[in-house]
Amino acid sequence: MQTLARTPLYERHLALGARMVPFAGWEMPVQYEGVIPEHRAVRTDCGAFDVSHMGEIELEGPRARELLQSLLSNDLDKIGPGRAQYTLLTNEHGGIVDDLIVYTIDPFRFLLIVNASNRGAVFEWMKEREFRGSDVRDVSDDYALIAVQGPRSIERLGLPDAPSFTFAMGEIDGVECMISHTGYTGELGVELMAMNEDAGELWDRVLERGAVPCGLAARDTLRLEVCYPLHGNDITTETDAISAGLGWVCALDKVFTGAEALREIKERGPAERLSAFVMTDRAIPRQGMAVEGGGEVTSGTHSPMLDRGIGMAYVPSASAEPGTAITIDVRGRPRGAEIVKKPIYKREE
Amino acid sequence: MAAAERYPDGLKYHPEHDWASIHGEEATLGITWYAQDSLGELVHYEPPDVGATISKDNAYGEVESVKAVSDLISPLSGEVLEVNQAVVDAPELVNADPYEAWLVRIKLSDVTEPDSLMDVEAYTKHLAEL
Repeated sequence: MQTLARTPLYERHLALGARMVPFAGWEMPVQYEGVIPEHRAVRTDCGAFDVSHMGEIELEGPRARELLQSLLSNDLDKIGPGRAQYTLLTNEHGGIVDDLIVYTIDPFRFLLIVNASNRGAVFEWMKEREFRGSDVRDVSDDYALIAVQGPRSIERLGLPDAPSFTFAMGEIDGVECMISHTGYTGELGVELMAMNEDAGELWDRVLERGAVPCGLAARDTLRLEVCYPLHGNDITTETDAISAGLGWVCALDKVFTGAEALREIKERGPAERLSAFVMTDRAIPRQGMAVEGGGEVTSGTHSPMLDRGIGMAYVPSASAEPGTAITIDVRGRPRGAEIVKKPIYKREE
Repeated sequence: MAAAERYPDGLKYHPEHDWASIHGEEATLGITWYAQDSLGELVHYEPPDVGATISKDNAYGEVESVKAVSDLISPLSGEVLEVNQAVVDAPELVNADPYEAWLVRIKLSDVTEPDSLMDVEAYTKHLAEL
């Protein structure tokens, strides 16, 4: 029997009354008080998530940048030290091995934060292609990661404003961490990476500053409202970056694994597109439900902000235009939905 | 928002965590505190059609939380007379008070059938054994 891994915050989650569930080999908090209040806390104030299950891979050496440029879809030359970038690890067919964030620490040292479920796959992919002068190391077991997200997160943590996708070493109430202005909620916020042994204290300080503890359930509803894809659901090794709407992170003018296939798909035009939709009938779409006329729901949930069913689905390109009415098979019941422009939820200005 | 755990006296209980309140030949049905607590905040109630026949131990509708769908198991057999539209419009009423927020009102097909259900003592004993 495979036992589930626990983050350094496990005991704290139990003490906070979290419901724990297995996720990608980890025992993680799915919710504390409830997904809806947690979701609203992040949209209106500030929430904290334990995302220590995510993987961290370090690349170091004079040729580390060269290796990453040849494997990742986005152009690493666009970012210098202290900057981060959303990017894809693609296979020869343009399929997505993982979506991840790459951090340029210095010209010879990079950090990748990858999905928990793909930690092994990414590490092996890189290790197999590693060359002299580009050392690849899985350092996931050394670090914990806490995401602090919401319009008041920066103010609550007492941090100076900084542009998104920048990072620096710093501290929160004396606890050292890497402070990265990134996240998975569509809100202002940071992700704090700390050594495992400091994680408990960091979490306590963050909660003392008023962040509401939030579980994986809220993380999922938050990311889906803003149409951030989830690897394993919306994007996989079988779905290509262009059909997934991730062409904007593919520097097709550079050489990387899958670039040729992606250029071809882009020229030809993808047959299906990952599209966002909102239910017009009362129903909650779920992963795997069929779309009438072709296509399948890859993520679906109830949107706490819209108070209706929302989701993403691959639909034929002809049906992918915002405003198109589609029908989803909800356990045998046909239910109407409408394709909408991404993101599904946007704060009212 | 969430109600405190309680199981009112005078209701009939089904082991799948449904309650029935009997009024002569009619009954109102709902889910227990335990059921709503296990499901979490309800965001959708898919009711049966008025006039539909539902049967004891079988699914008559669905409730959904953000994360999951769950069949509603009927504690009794009968014909659906009324659906609680307030719960269709605001499923979270079930979390606020699972006994006030009934789901359907039915005409019993057999007025002796409620005798086969548990009373509150038997149901709380059943919960303790879970």
